[in-house]
Amino acid sequence: MNSTESYAPDDAGELPAEPLILPLDAWHRARGARMVEFAGYVMPVQYEGIMAEHLWTRAHAGLFDVSHMGQLTVRGPEGDMAEAAVSLEALLPGDISALKPGRQRYSLLLAEDGGILDDLMITNRGDHYYVVVNGATKWDDIAHLREFLPDSITLNHLDEHALLALQGPDAAAALTALVPAAGRLRFMQSAVIEWDGVELGISRSGYTGEDGFEISVPETAVAALADALAALPQVKPVGLGARDSLRLEAGLPLYGHDLTPDTDPVSAGLAFAISKRRREQGGFLGAAAVQQALTGGTATVRVGLALEGRMAAREGAAVLAAGERTGTVTSGGFSPSLDRPVAMAYVGAAHAEPGSQLTIEVRGKQLAATVTPMPFIPHRYFR
Amino acid sequence: MTIYFTQDHEWIAVDGGVGTVGITDYAQGQLGDITFVDLPDVGATLRKGDAPCVVDSVKAASDVYSPVSGTVAEVNAALEEAPELVNEQPEEGGWLFRLTLTDTAELDGLMDRAAYDTFVGAL
Repeated sequence: MNSTESYAPDDAGELPAEPLILPLDAWHRARGARMVEFAGYVMPVQYEGIMAEHLWTRAHAGLFDVSHMGQLTVRGPEGDMAEAAVSLEALLPGDISALKPGRQRYSLLLAEDGGILDDLMITNRGDHYYVVVNGATKWDDIAHLREFLPDSITLNHLDEHALLALQGPDAAAALTALVPAAGRLRFMQSAVIEWDGVELGISRSGYTGEDGFEISVPETAVAALADALAALPQVKPVGLGARDSLRLEAGLPLYGHDLTPDTDPVSAGLAFAISKRRREQGGFLGAAAVQQALTGGTATVRVGLALEGRMAAREGAAVLAAGERTGTVTSGGFSPSLDRPVAMAYVGAAHAEPGSQLTIEVRGKQLAATVTPMPFIPHRYFR
Repeated sequence: MTIYFTQDHEWIAVDGGVGTVGITDYAQGQLGDITFVDLPDVGATLRKGDAPCVVDSVKAASDVYSPVSGTVAEVNAALEEAPELVNEQPEEGGWLFRLTLTDTAELDGLMDRAAYDTFVGAL
């Protein structure tokens, strides 16, 4: 027996030779986690089992340790937010100047050719911007930001902060039992709120399609917070395995797989992250390529595929239309909530309409697949 | 009936010239929730080390190797409806396929249960 694990570290960034240990390592092991290497870190892939953890998160609340992700702050000189925003807008296609205090937005780092270097969340924290980037790419991101941001802009890596995510329909009930003020946040809002003498950076967002929160916490306090959350009846710890199946069902792309330097925001279906003003004015790295793609369209498009049968198609599987190669699966697996396999793929634009009948080649078999609107499972954000 | 084990975590229970093949309890635990089993065709000729069968779990697809050479005599049709049998009863109801052995001498290279348990204990 030989497995092809889906959790191999991405080759998107330079990874340390030895995997790094995160602050909750012992916490995970004490709860029976199976630990694997991911994005240069030793991380919990599962506790009781991916299926059970996935379904628990959809029904109650799952607690995820995502401390491998990069937490950055960007500050203008003497807290000048306008200058910080303008500087970031030279790199990000989002309308950062229009992002109000306490608001969060999804954005991208783009290369000159419009290729995606990373996807990220940016928050206006009043006197600075707080940015969360992917774990495997954070070192490259920091180098990229430092290269292109003016010297007057201060970039800090919060490498002594852990990051937890609490996700699911019971996440709000659970978190407000500890931190009542978190209940006033709506989707994509954020606040710094004190808990037990510790400042928590809480945003109402996540990567599962469910209501929930992401909580930035000093690493010295993360075990106490994780203990307090996991002690609540609605909450169970959930590993990376279910995080992947949850985000796949939610139609959310995964950097290093569905998004790479060879993909662009338009073909990836992320044009929503490029505001109207930025489309018209440009002025960000990759703008010319993105504007071209917005007006002229792209050769391929990221789509969702629902597969017939129970055999899953994984990353790299060929997608065919009437026997001709039209694309490639970038993420795929069994959907626990739908009880059937689903996938994301880039396919030729002519075959991207919902209802298009395609086939996926898996181990010499042709699996029937239908282009399906994403998310596969409706989002349940608290708006 | 004698049961043998491979270093790749397959078992083969041999009775006369026929062997029943499955994956071990350790293997199913490593794979997690099994969602689909791609079984070989009855009548297929296998050489020792061929990968005629794939076990799909939520997280990965895993090849199952044939512990010995032979011809596929039967497959476990129950797995089509209930692939989770491989998790629940890996050495019983979750068997994968039956093989008419070509050369029983190939069994000599496999482990017995005690040797396999020691092998797994050291992983």
